[in-house]
Amino acid sequence: MGNWYKSGSPWIWLTSGAVSLSLIAVIGLLSLIAWRGLTYFWPATIYHFELTHPDGVIEQVIGEVYEKDTIAAQRLRDNGTFVAAGVEEVGSLLVKTGNREYVELDFRWLLSPSITAKVAHPDLAVFERNKNGNFYGYIDSLNLGSQVVTGDVATIRPQLLVAMERVDQLKAKALTLQNNEISSINYQLEKIRLAQRKLEIENKLTSQAIASFEQQRLTLNEQYLIHEKSLFAIRNEMTRDSVVVRDMRGEKVSLNLSSLLDLHLPNQMSLVEKVLHWLAAMASFVVDDPREANTEGGVFPAIFGTIFMVMLMAVIVTPFGVIAAIYLHEYAKKGVVTKFVRVAVINLAGVPSVVYGVFGLGFFVYILGGSIDELLYPEAAPSPVFGSPGVLWSALTLAILTLPVVIVSTEEGLSRIPMSLRQGSLALGATKSETLWKVIIPMASPAIMTGLILAVARAAGEVAPLMLVGVVKMAPTLPIDGNFPFIHLERKFMHLGFHIYDVGFQSPNVEAARPLVFASSFLLVTVIVGLNMTAIGIRNYLREKYRSLEH
Amino acid sequence: MPSASLAANSPIRQLKDRLTRYSITLGGLMVLMTLLMIFGYLLYVVEPIFRSAKIDLSQEQPVASQAIAFGSDELNEIGYFVDRQAIVNFYPLGKDSPAATQVTLPISGAVVSDSKSGATLALGLNNGRVLLAQPSFSLDFSSGTRQISADVRFPLSEPELLIDLQQKPLDKIALQIDEEQTSVVALTSDQRLLLTRLSAEENMMTEELEWVSEQLEFNNTPEIISEILLTPDQRLLFIRSGNQLYVYDLLSDEFDSPLQLLDINQVNADVTTIALLSGGSSILVGNSNGVISQWFEVNGERGRRLTKIREFNVDGSVKQIETEPSRKTFAVLNETGQVSLFHSTSEAQLLSYQLKINAQALRFSPRNNGMIILADEQINFYHLENEHPEVSWSALWQEVWYEGYPEPDYVWQSTSASDEFEPKLSLVPISFGTIKAALFAMLFAVPIAIAGAIYTAYFMPSRLRKVVKPTVETMEALPTVILGFLAGLWLAPIVEDNLPFVFLLIILIPVAIVLTALAYHYLPAALRSNINEEYSVVFLIPVVLLVAYGCMWLSPIIENGLMAGDARTFISTELGIGFDQRNALVVGLAMGFAVIPTIFSITEDAIFSVPKHLSNGSLALGATRWQTLVGVVLLTASPGIFSAVMMGLGRAVGETMIVLMATGNTPIMDWNIFEGMRSLSANIAVEMPESEVNSTHYRVLFLAAFVLFIFTFFFNTIAELVRQRLREKYGSL
Repeated sequence: MGNWYKSGSPWIWLTSGAVSLSLIAVIGLLSLIAWRGLTYFWPATIYHFELTHPDGVIEQVIGEVYEKDTIAAQRLRDNGTFVAAGVEEVGSLLVKTGNREYVELDFRWLLSPSITAKVAHPDLAVFERNKNGNFYGYIDSLNLGSQVVTGDVATIRPQLLVAMERVDQLKAKALTLQNNEISSINYQLEKIRLAQRKLEIENKLTSQAIASFEQQRLTLNEQYLIHEKSLFAIRNEMTRDSVVVRDMRGEKVSLNLSSLLDLHLPNQMSLVEKVLHWLAAMASFVVDDPREANTEGGVFPAIFGTIFMVMLMAVIVTPFGVIAAIYLHEYAKKGVVTKFVRVAVINLAGVPSVVYGVFGLGFFVYILGGSIDELLYPEAAPSPVFGSPGVLWSALTLAILTLPVVIVSTEEGLSRIPMSLRQGSLALGATKSETLWKVIIPMASPAIMTGLILAVARAAGEVAPLMLVGVVKMAPTLPIDGNFPFIHLERKFMHLGFHIYDVGFQSPNVEAARPLVFASSFLLVTVIVGLNMTAIGIRNYLREKYRSLEH
Repeated sequence: MPSASLAANSPIRQLKDRLTRYSITLGGLMVLMTLLMIFGYLLYVVEPIFRSAKIDLSQEQPVASQAIAFGSDELNEIGYFVDRQAIVNFYPLGKDSPAATQVTLPISGAVVSDSKSGATLALGLNNGRVLLAQPSFSLDFSSGTRQISADVRFPLSEPELLIDLQQKPLDKIALQIDEEQTSVVALTSDQRLLLTRLSAEENMMTEELEWVSEQLEFNNTPEIISEILLTPDQRLLFIRSGNQLYVYDLLSDEFDSPLQLLDINQVNADVTTIALLSGGSSILVGNSNGVISQWFEVNGERGRRLTKIREFNVDGSVKQIETEPSRKTFAVLNETGQVSLFHSTSEAQLLSYQLKINAQALRFSPRNNGMIILADEQINFYHLENEHPEVSWSALWQEVWYEGYPEPDYVWQSTSASDEFEPKLSLVPISFGTIKAALFAMLFAVPIAIAGAIYTAYFMPSRLRKVVKPTVETMEALPTVILGFLAGLWLAPIVEDNLPFVFLLIILIPVAIVLTALAYHYLPAALRSNINEEYSVVFLIPVVLLVAYGCMWLSPIIENGLMAGDARTFISTELGIGFDQRNALVVGLAMGFAVIPTIFSITEDAIFSVPKHLSNGSLALGATRWQTLVGVVLLTASPGIFSAVMMGLGRAVGETMIVLMATGNTPIMDWNIFEGMRSLSANIAVEMPESEVNSTHYRVLFLAAFVLFIFTFFFNTIAELVRQRLREKYGSL
C-alpha cells in the first residue's frame, strides 16, 4: 500500500479521472441538448385524467405529461393541501393542458393521489393553432359553411383534412399577395416619400415634380386597394369553416379552420406515423416563421439571419486575414514591427467579444453609419438608415473578432509549405508575387478554408457583440427580399444565438418556451460542431498531404 | 515562343511584384492598426468624462438700473434681468437673437425681496403681496425660419398673491412651485413667519384648474432669521439664524417646532450663506473661511439627522452658492470674485476662474451650459462646458457617500424611474463581480483542466489521445449562449433542489477514483492483465456515473437528516447566508466548463512538447513515471501551464453570456458562493443598448469596456511573453 502510494499511482488515477469527468461533461452536455432538443418534436401521447379532489369534486384534465417529480408531503400539508397521513412523498405530474384562452394556466401540476383515472383515448386530438398555443380535445363535428358533418372521428377526419387543405391553399395565396404585391407597393410608396423629401432638401421640388409624385402615389394606392380587396376576399373565404371540439371542461368549442395549422391524433399513430410526424415537425421548425413572440413555430428568420450575417462576415474577413497572414509569414522581416503585429494578433484574439460589440456600436454604427446617413440619406432623417444597428455592422464587427482566427490558421498552413517549393519557383525565374499567387496560395488554400470555417463557427455562436450592433428579437423583414436592391445591409436581423437568449430569458412563458429553446440550441450546436469537425478534418487532411513533401 | 511579359526584366512583372508587396504589407499593418484603433477609439469616447469644465466669456450687457433677478432661455439666445421697478428686460445673447424688449410686471407696491423656483420668480412687495412671474420663450417655425420670442407668463391665475393680511412688507420670501402645489414662506417686517400653500384642484364643473390656498402662521421663530430655504417637495423648511440651522417639517401637525436645531459653521468661522443642492436632500453651507460643507440626513441611532458629509474649499469668504437645477453640481462665488465649480458626489473641483469684474451674483443657464454673472453695472454671459461632472476617479473607484445612504459605499445604479435620481457609477461592484465570477470558474476549471491535460499528454495511449483531445476541444466552440441557457434554466434549479448532491460530488468523486485505483492494485494478477491500466479513462466513466447516481440518492437523505428537509431554507435561515437561485456556484460550474477546453488545450500542448529525451533520461535514471512527471516534465512545462491559466482567466473575465444568463445580475459585493454578481461584460450587454449616445452613462460603459480590454490585454500579454520565453528555452534544449 505504501509503495503503491509512493509510485504516484493514485495521482495518475486522479488525473485520469479528470479526463473522464471532462468527457462525461462534454458528451453528457451534447446528449442532453440533443435529447431535449429532439424530443420536442416527438408527438407525445395525450392523456385524459380524471381527478378526484379531497373534497369530492371530480375534474377532467386533458394534456401531455411534461415532467414527473416528487414533493415532500410535509410541504404540501404546510400549503394546506390534504395528504393522507403516513405518506412521506407524493408523486406529481407536470401536464401541459393547452387551451390557453379557456384555462388559467396551460401548465399545471397534478398530484398522483388525486388522479383516479388516466386514459390515452385514441380520439384525443391535438390542434396546433397560430394563436394561444395547442388545443386538446375530442372532435365533435365539422361546420363547412352550409353543411354540418357529424359522426365519429373516422368520418369527420377525412373531410376535416380536405377542408384544412383548402384553407392552407387560401393562406398561401394570401401570404403571397401580402409579401409580394402589397409589401412591394408599401416599399415603393416609402421610396416616393424619400425621393420627394430629397428634392425638397435640395430645393429642387417643383410643382411638376410634386404632381408626378402624386400621380405615382395615386396609381399605387389604386393598385393597393385592388390587392387589399382581394386579400380581404381570401381572408373571408378562409374563415368559412370551423371545427367543433369538446374540451376537458366538457364544453364544445368552435375552432375556426383559419386559425389551425395542424391536426394530429397522437394516440392513434403507429410508430412509423410518429416518426414521419417527428421528421415533418423538425422540417417545419427549420422553415417556418416564429409565432407568438417566438415561443411557438419555427426559427427560419433566425437561421437565415445567422447564415446571411456569417456569410457577409466571411466575405469581409477572408481577404484581410489572409493578407495579414501572408505579410507575417512571407514578407515581414523579423523586427519590431512584426513583433508588434504578432502581439496585436494575440491580443485581438483575447479581447472579450462584448468589447468588440461596444467598439462596433460606437465606431461603425454611430460614427461610420451616422456619416453615411448624413452624406447619402439626408432625406430619411430623422430616422436612421445605416446609423442604427444593422446586419452590415454586425458582420464588420464579427469580422474583426474573427480576424485572428483566420490569420493564425492561414499562417500555420503557410508554415507547412516546404521552403524548397518557394525556392524552386524563385529559381525558375518567377517573381515573388508570382510564386505567391501560383504556388503558395493554391497550396495554402485548404488552410485558409480551415481558418474560414473556424471563423464562421466562432461567429455563428457569438451573441454578446450582436446584442449591441444589430440583432433584434423580431425582425419584420429579412435582409434579402424582392424589392430593389434586393440585399438590404442596413436592416436588423434575427440570430439563432440571440433567439435562444431571448426566448429562454425574456419570454413571458418560460415554461412553455423551454423545449423550443432546447430545439434551437440543438440546431445551433449541430451547425457549429459540424463546422468545427469539417475544419478539423480539412486540417488533418492537409497535414497528411504535406507530410509526403516534407522529407 | 516566350511572351514579352515573361521576360526576366519585364517592367510589368516587376510592377506587379512591387504592387503585391506594398498591398500585402499595408494589409498586414492594418491588423496592428485595428488594435490601435479599438484602443484609441475607446479612449476617445472615454476621455471627455475626465475633462474639467471650461468657461469663456461670450457676451457683456451693460445694466443701468440695479437688477434683482436675471437668467436666460434654454438655448442661450435671450437673456433677461428684472430691475427694482419690476421691469423685465430681455436682451439678445447672440448675433441672431431678437432685439431687446421690455415687459413691465403689474405690481401694486414696491419690491423688497425676491426668490426663485426653477424658472419662476417671486417678488415680495411692501404691501404683503407676492408677485409670481415666469419669463417664457417660444419657438415659432410658421414663417419658414426659426424665430424665438420672449414674454412673461404668470403661473397662477392672478399675477399677485396676498400673503400677509396685515399688508406688512415681506422682508424675506422663499418659493417652491410645481404643477400641483405652490408654497411661499414669507417673513414680514414685524418678524412674523407665514406659510402660504396653494394646491391645484380641478373644478368639477368647468374642468379648469383652481388654486386653493391655505395659510399658516408660525408661533415661534428664531429671533434672527438670516435665510429661508424651502425644499422642492415643499416639505422641509430650513431657516438659518446666524450660525444655526433650524429644520421644520411643514407637513407635520407641529410644523412650527423645529425637528432639528444644529450649529453648521466651521470651527473659527461664520456661516455666510446656505443653498440647497438639486433634489433638495442636501444643504450646502458656505463659511467665511472659504469652506463649503455638504450636509444631508442620515439614518442613525437617533433617527434621521442632518450630518456633515464632506467639505470643499475655496479661497476667501463664500459670497454665494448657486446649484444646478438637475445635477449635483454647484458654483461658488467668493468675495474676491473667483468662481469655482464643484460636483458634490464626485468630490471634484471642476473649475476655478478669476473674474475681472466685481461679481455680485451668479446663475446657471437652464441647460447648465452657460453661467450668467451679475456685476455692478453689467451682466456677463459665459459659455460653460461641463458635460460630465459626476464622474471622477474617486466616484468610479472609491467609496462614495450618496444622499440617503447610511454610510459611504460602492454602488452601481445607473438608471431609475424617477427624475430626481442621481446615477451612481462606481465601477468597483461590477469589477468585483467580474473577478468573483472568473475566480469561481477558475477554481472549478483549473484542477480538472490541468489534471486532464497531464494525463492526456503524458499517460494516455496515442490512439485514445487522438479521440479525447478533439472531443474536449470541441467544447471550446460550443456557443456560450447555450452554456448560459443551460446554466440558468437547467443547472440552476437542479443545484437549488439538490445542494448536498453538488458538494457530495466534489468530495466523493476523488475518493471513488482513488478507491478504484486501490481496487485495481489489489485485483488478482490474472484479471489485471486483462484490463489495461492505460485505458483507465474509459472504465472510470462508469465509476463516476455510479458515484453521481449514489450522490443523487444520498442527497435527500442528508437534506432530511442534517438540513431539516430543505437545504435552501437551511442555508438562508439557519446559517444566515443569502441564497439566490442563480448564484456564483452555477456560474462557476458553467463558466468553468467554458474555460476547461482553453486551459486543457494549451497545457496539453505544453506538456506534450516537452522534449522526450528529458523524460527518458529521468526514467532511465530510475525515477518512476510520476516522479518524472512532477520533477521534470511539469517543471519544464510550467511556463506553458501558467500561460494556459492566464489565457483561461482572460476568457473567464471577458465572458458575457454565461454570466448574463446564469446570475441575477445584481451588483452586490459579497464573496458568498450562493449569491450572484454583475460583471463588467454583462453590465455592458444589458445597459449599452438603452444608454443615450454620448451621455455620461454611455461613456462610463465605454470605460467599463476599456477596463475589460485592459484586464484581458494584461493577462494575454503575460501569457504571450511567458510562452515566448518557453519557446526560446526549448530552442536551446
